[in-house]
Amino acid sequence: MGHTITEKILAYHAGREEVRPGELVNVKVDLAMANDITAPLAIEAFRSMGAERVFDPAKVVMVPDHFTPARDMAAARNCALMREFAREQRLENYYEIGRAGIEHVLLPEEGLVLPGELVVGADSHTCTYGALGAFSTGVGSSDLAMAMALGEIWLRIPESMLFTYEGELPPWVGGKDLILHTIGRIGVDGALYRAMEFRGPVVEELSMDSRFAMANMAVEAGAKNGIFHVDAKTRSWLEGRARRHYREFTSDADASYVEKITMEVSGMEPQVAFPHLPSNVKPLSGVGEVEIDQVVIGSCTNGRPEDMEIAARILEGRRVHPRVRAIVFPGSRAVLLEMVRRGWMETFLEAGAAVSTPTCGPCLGGHMGVLAEGERALSTTNRNFVGRMGHTESEVYLCGPAVAAASAVTGRITHPEEVMG
Amino acid sequence: MAGNGILRGRAHVFGDDVNTDYIISGKYKFRTLDVEELARHCMEDVDPGFSERVRPGDFIVAGGNFGCGSSREQAPLVIKHAGVSAVLARSFARIFFRNAINKGLPAVECDTSGIRAGDELEVDLARGKVKNVTRGYTLEIVPLPAVMMDILAEGGLTDYLRKHGGFKL
Repeated sequence: MGHTITEKILAYHAGREEVRPGELVNVKVDLAMANDITAPLAIEAFRSMGAERVFDPAKVVMVPDHFTPARDMAAARNCALMREFAREQRLENYYEIGRAGIEHVLLPEEGLVLPGELVVGADSHTCTYGALGAFSTGVGSSDLAMAMALGEIWLRIPESMLFTYEGELPPWVGGKDLILHTIGRIGVDGALYRAMEFRGPVVEELSMDSRFAMANMAVEAGAKNGIFHVDAKTRSWLEGRARRHYREFTSDADASYVEKITMEVSGMEPQVAFPHLPSNVKPLSGVGEVEIDQVVIGSCTNGRPEDMEIAARILEGRRVHPRVRAIVFPGSRAVLLEMVRRGWMETFLEAGAAVSTPTCGPCLGGHMGVLAEGERALSTTNRNFVGRMGHTESEVYLCGPAVAAASAVTGRITHPEEVMG
Repeated sequence: MAGNGILRGRAHVFGDDVNTDYIISGKYKFRTLDVEELARHCMEDVDPGFSERVRPGDFIVAGGNFGCGSSREQAPLVIKHAGVSAVLARSFARIFFRNAINKGLPAVECDTSGIRAGDELEVDLARGKVKNVTRGYTLEIVPLPAVMMDILAEGGLTDYLRKHGGFKL
């Protein structure tokens, strides 16, 4: 019997011919990543383990992105701790603010993650890199410390679920809608401990940015990783980024899946996740009248050029509703530069949106747009748990960039067609 | 905490999908890095007063997908510092599951459906049994891989690695 792409990547990094779901294996890590929230604990654990040097200064990445630019003294202290460690260990990939961005947007852009590689990151959305045909998964700070020290980690081989998307993607429906729809269908534990493999003709048509958005939210269904095959789009996206050879792995035709789900996307509407779970999903026609106080466009899910372009196209020549605050936060310096060069920045500012430097801030109620009691946000981010973006009596609705931008104009959750005609 | 002894305490029962933001409320999660202070707010939004009612050794008992959400290790640490000796759930979110074991907090996968708030439980990790003393029945624990039992026995991953210098599967 054959193997899935996930099993093949894990077997390769375990130095094995083959692996089967349920097995525990010791795998070599190509990249270990931490941010300003998780690095301080990882550094502490690293030292307590008795470790002195990281296994490879080229393969440990640190990105201050969550509470940066430092929102208070505690954040500044954490960033300083991380910066000092990066200097002491001579890390080749420490990204300072201004030159950086949100880790999961930044690392692929910088060519730090390539197909077939194995990445662990002390952040749950590390699964994003599966869009490139890599195995990547989130771990806690202790596991990350182990990976930083040994260059290895033990993992359980996950069962794989195959998601095949067929049909024709309607206008204003993108990767974010597909993943919200999928999580709505299988639930927040629908892929617990498993690999989500995304395939089919619709996926092949999707941009890399849409694929990143899908892989990003695999963890919201409980998955260990989300993964796509490498194709012409992947290779072309990597041109000029990849600075080393990479390997393409492919699932065998007779690979074994614990579950196969095929979805017909023709006629699919944009999707919205209601509070307080990412699985609480409705098609736009089922949303009803939902007024909003704040719109957030950006994050590690939807802070890429395609997202900004869609939002700018809708906001071009329009105004953010007087009652609404719209906050745009690009995923990286490169995205922000593209916003400036392509004129989207001007569009957002003319429309009356606030544009932020790259940061995770608003998504997790950290800073740059925290919600007050009773407020409601519509956001292109990935979680809508109680209190996620601020007060425990606030609400977060999740959607893609098109619905977010259209709703910023009308002040209520709105289909982009209504605004664009 | 040694992983092999029998743990005794009462059950505090929660539902499905308890996420890391419920374990430590959004109101406090960024305010401090002081685990003892955070522990006083453990589970506050879903069960106000939990940290005052919990007695050392008690158990958190939950449904499916316990600990979903963030990868931050503050979640199991806060539970441990609140005095909870183990979390029993039908299933765990995988990052929380690893983090709990790595921080020396037993994460016990078993059929929790019959356990009611206040039930007296005995958890025997070595034998893989949960005894519901109040209701008089015994449950099987889904066994932990040997490497996780070893990590737990050493009190967590840091101590384990300091002692062994690496890990053995």
